[in-house]
Amino acid sequence: MSQHGSAQISRVDWWSVGLYALFILMGWMSVYSAIYNPEAPLGIFDAAFYTSNAGKQLIWIGTSLVLIMLIFALDFRFFESFALVIYGLFIVLLLLVPFLGVTINGSHSWFKIGGMTLQPAEFAKTATALLLAKYVNDPQVNLARFTNQWKAAAIVGIPMLLIIASNETGSALVFASFMILLYREGLPGEYPGLFLGGIVLFVSALLLQALTIFIVLLFIAAIIVVLMPIYQRRLPQTYLRLSLGIAIIMIMATAVDWLVNNVLKEHQRNRIKVLIDPDFDPRGLGYQVTQSKIAIGSGGFWGKGYLGGTQTKFDFVPEQSTDFIFCTIGEEFGFIGVAILILLFMTLLWRLMYLADQQRSRFARAYGFGVVGILFFHFLVNIGMTIGLMPIMGIPLPFFSYGGSSLWSFTILLFIFLKLDAHRSDMLSR
Amino acid sequence: MFEGRRLILFLVFLTIGIIFIGKLFYLQLLDDTYEKAADNNAIRKIIQVPFRGEVYDRKGKLIVYNTPVYDVYVTPRKAFVKDTNRFCTLFGVTRGYFDTVTRQARAYSRVKPSLFLKHLSKEDFARIQDALVDYPGFSISTSAFRTYQSIAFSNALGYVAEINPDNLKKQVDDYYRQGDYVGISGLESYYEDVLRGQRGVKYRMVNSNGVEKGEYKLGKLDVSPVAGKNLYTSIDIRLQEYADSLMMHKVGSVVAIEPATGEILTMVSAPSYDPSLLAGRNFSKYYQKLALDPLKPLINRPPSAYYRPGSTFKLVQALVGQQLGIIGPGSVFTHAGAPVKCHSHTTAHNDLHNAIQWSCNPYFYHAFRKILYDRTTGNTYERSAQGLQRWSDMVANFGFGRKLGIDISNEKKGNLPNPAYYDKVYKGENTWKFSNIYSLSIGEGEMIVSPLKMANFAAIIANRGWYLPPHLVRGVGEKRTIDPFYKNPVSAGVDAKYYPVVIQGMQDAVLHGTVGRDGRIPDITMCGKTGTSQNKKGKDHSIFIAFAPKDNPKIAIAVFVENAGFGGFAAAPIASLIIEKYLKGRVDRKDVETKFMNMSYLANVTYTKLAKKVPVDSLRK
Repeated sequence: MSQHGSAQISRVDWWSVGLYALFILMGWMSVYSAIYNPEAPLGIFDAAFYTSNAGKQLIWIGTSLVLIMLIFALDFRFFESFALVIYGLFIVLLLLVPFLGVTINGSHSWFKIGGMTLQPAEFAKTATALLLAKYVNDPQVNLARFTNQWKAAAIVGIPMLLIIASNETGSALVFASFMILLYREGLPGEYPGLFLGGIVLFVSALLLQALTIFIVLLFIAAIIVVLMPIYQRRLPQTYLRLSLGIAIIMIMATAVDWLVNNVLKEHQRNRIKVLIDPDFDPRGLGYQVTQSKIAIGSGGFWGKGYLGGTQTKFDFVPEQSTDFIFCTIGEEFGFIGVAILILLFMTLLWRLMYLADQQRSRFARAYGFGVVGILFFHFLVNIGMTIGLMPIMGIPLPFFSYGGSSLWSFTILLFIFLKLDAHRSDMLSR
Repeated sequence: MFEGRRLILFLVFLTIGIIFIGKLFYLQLLDDTYEKAADNNAIRKIIQVPFRGEVYDRKGKLIVYNTPVYDVYVTPRKAFVKDTNRFCTLFGVTRGYFDTVTRQARAYSRVKPSLFLKHLSKEDFARIQDALVDYPGFSISTSAFRTYQSIAFSNALGYVAEINPDNLKKQVDDYYRQGDYVGISGLESYYEDVLRGQRGVKYRMVNSNGVEKGEYKLGKLDVSPVAGKNLYTSIDIRLQEYADSLMMHKVGSVVAIEPATGEILTMVSAPSYDPSLLAGRNFSKYYQKLALDPLKPLINRPPSAYYRPGSTFKLVQALVGQQLGIIGPGSVFTHAGAPVKCHSHTTAHNDLHNAIQWSCNPYFYHAFRKILYDRTTGNTYERSAQGLQRWSDMVANFGFGRKLGIDISNEKKGNLPNPAYYDKVYKGENTWKFSNIYSLSIGEGEMIVSPLKMANFAAIIANRGWYLPPHLVRGVGEKRTIDPFYKNPVSAGVDAKYYPVVIQGMQDAVLHGTVGRDGRIPDITMCGKTGTSQNKKGKDHSIFIAFAPKDNPKIAIAVFVENAGFGGFAAAPIASLIIEKYLKGRVDRKDVETKFMNMSYLANVTYTKLAKKVPVDSLRK
């Protein structure tokens, strides 16, 4: 029954498909707006249109539809069965990039096939999600156990390190989002807790004096002691542990400065400086963020109307159509537009999580949370950086940003899950 | 296991979403530094409007060109005037004007430039140019307005004005913006696309004081303006001016065509206006005045005014009747039995030639009767309908009842009645017959023409049977391109052999027929036909069509003078003077010239009939 096409179609989650289509459409409109020159408007019948970003994006969209059909034509068991093969293939590709790849926009991470360029790092996320889901699907695996944690970390870590090696730190950081998959599948809450705590510490160390942090820590420690049961308060180990903890945190906080100044590369360091001090070099390093905020800020409540943007034309904001596409929406559709966009994104994430929890197979469920994690991470970092809440990392806004690799990889990522979901009653529950 | 974690995760997501929305709320609604920064953002767009194409006459004389003018713009936020009185003196404006305009500018936008002073001349601009640096926030933009070497060609030429909001909305290719100038009528409108050229854009980096700091992106995004193409018209501007002076104090039209080419040599619409009134600062003031003038000087009459052709139409009857084989040079009709009178002659031998020479009404009454009733069967109603259909089809070949395709946009079709038309008038088939419509025989009744059509008809006779669509422009741009439509001869459907008798009649009409002494040129053989167009209100219109010389004609002409009476009195002498001027380059008959230049028929003008649908009900007798 599962292989029958019409039966499949009715099982597809049309909510997700509808949101996907809406995002693709809004994304294309924004890409068109970014290239739109009111003095020489390009129609879809002009030959020059197809060499513009908007024209090419239209081609990417068309080919994405083909990819969707291919995914739905495959047997749903393919993805689980071949997860390791797919993963292995991309590891090999990532290994080959340093030797066979070409450099585009300062990043040596692209393959050139004919006239097309593809970035294997974009697709490695999907491969990793598949293998990780397959791994946790094993009933023997318990993520509370250290050995299993270690193996899961290896699955995530290998492609991540390879991507860092090809100088795509932004894309590599996306792999941190697998924390969400693992958390859902039973990773103890301390891990994401520590992870978030680390980030908070890192940011505070950049923003605040070491002394301030020290005082805050003592204050927190005092509160902990006050809240403790009385018998614990009397134990010397308690104070030993607390002091140790404070000392470690203090060392780490101090280390952040050292880390920033000595380990990070120049451009990474500057991106972080821009984040904590928006006025840092507004014509130079801070230019991108400043222009991005100007574009969004000038949109006001209702925006300037579609194609009416003035700040998102002429490359005022660099990378306008790719990483900074959110500016175009912010300028032309205003607060009301971006607020709706954010709510729609929330809706998609909620819908996907809901579907994932409906799965009988742990593989499909875990993969679903992998998808949610990746989408969320992109959402967080991409929008965050355009409004000055995140450092600039070259990662796209899913479904919106211009670019074939990005659109293809997100389409594949999402529709593999929708394919699995369409077959959820056929799957074995474990 | 761990189902609750979905909720925890979603709460994290939601928190991030809310933080983002909060930050966006702050950026977009609370903090206005970004809005200001956007206005200041370093690129200024400079629109370059190219010069409109110039217009030349057939001898290469310049008729219309452009004079650059300077508009002063003010950007309120940047503007700073220390001594307002000195400033007003310098710019030649009153304090009140200054206050009003700057207040309006502030109300419109504090950061966008508003027009402060329009159309400064070169001299005024030179005076203020140096002082301008002392007044930040005031900038200059160049534009141009039309300047005319001659005031004589204004109606056919049309004028240029700011595009109105309706047309701005209706435009198809989205080219125009508010405040753009566009050809409104005549050639300026018809050839708008080639005259306007292509607007250019420059992007310049500016600093926060609005001072240019060089090209943006090395000029990569700039688009150079393309100048408009020149129009090389077929008008002889000296002849046009001469005809114009003859039409002073009169209402009417003159159209002169070179028969061999279809090129229009002269097209006068009287009364006319000085085109420079509508080009420049005072457009709205003069436009109001001209638009309200009861004589309607803004209308271009030749292609659009409606008249009955009167007796000039007898020539059509003569040609069509011969082609049908119903009448011939030898056909004779007496005056007897016709409800129309012959005003001119009592010749016993009333053949076709004499009927034309003396414009005999009964002759053409009988001829038209034969045309309608010939070779058809049935009762008189059915025979009338069949005959009229055949007649109407043939007359249409002369360009009546349809557009000739002249290159100005207000051409009207006129009216050529056919059976369907009368079926509508008389409400039903077989309800009318020859006796109801015989006025057509002498060009009255429901037959409606324009002066252009009659000039073209004169050209057809001059060519003995064909014409080239009349046009005003011989070539566009340096390549002198022209629509091939104007190069293809059109047959009028009557064989050349039927023309000589008509032409001989026209020649004799001028020499010793209906045309008076003032209409004869001693040393030129002119062939012409008078017409007297009836109109319900007021005196008849005077019409004359002609061509000259008889052999190898160089000019065909139609003259219409409203409410001037019989065609031989006013229209014929004026036509003869224009022909003399064109063929000889001078006019020897100074007495006639002076007489008609000073002649006024305005006292008789009760109204001007313009292109309107023929009121169907009023045609019923």
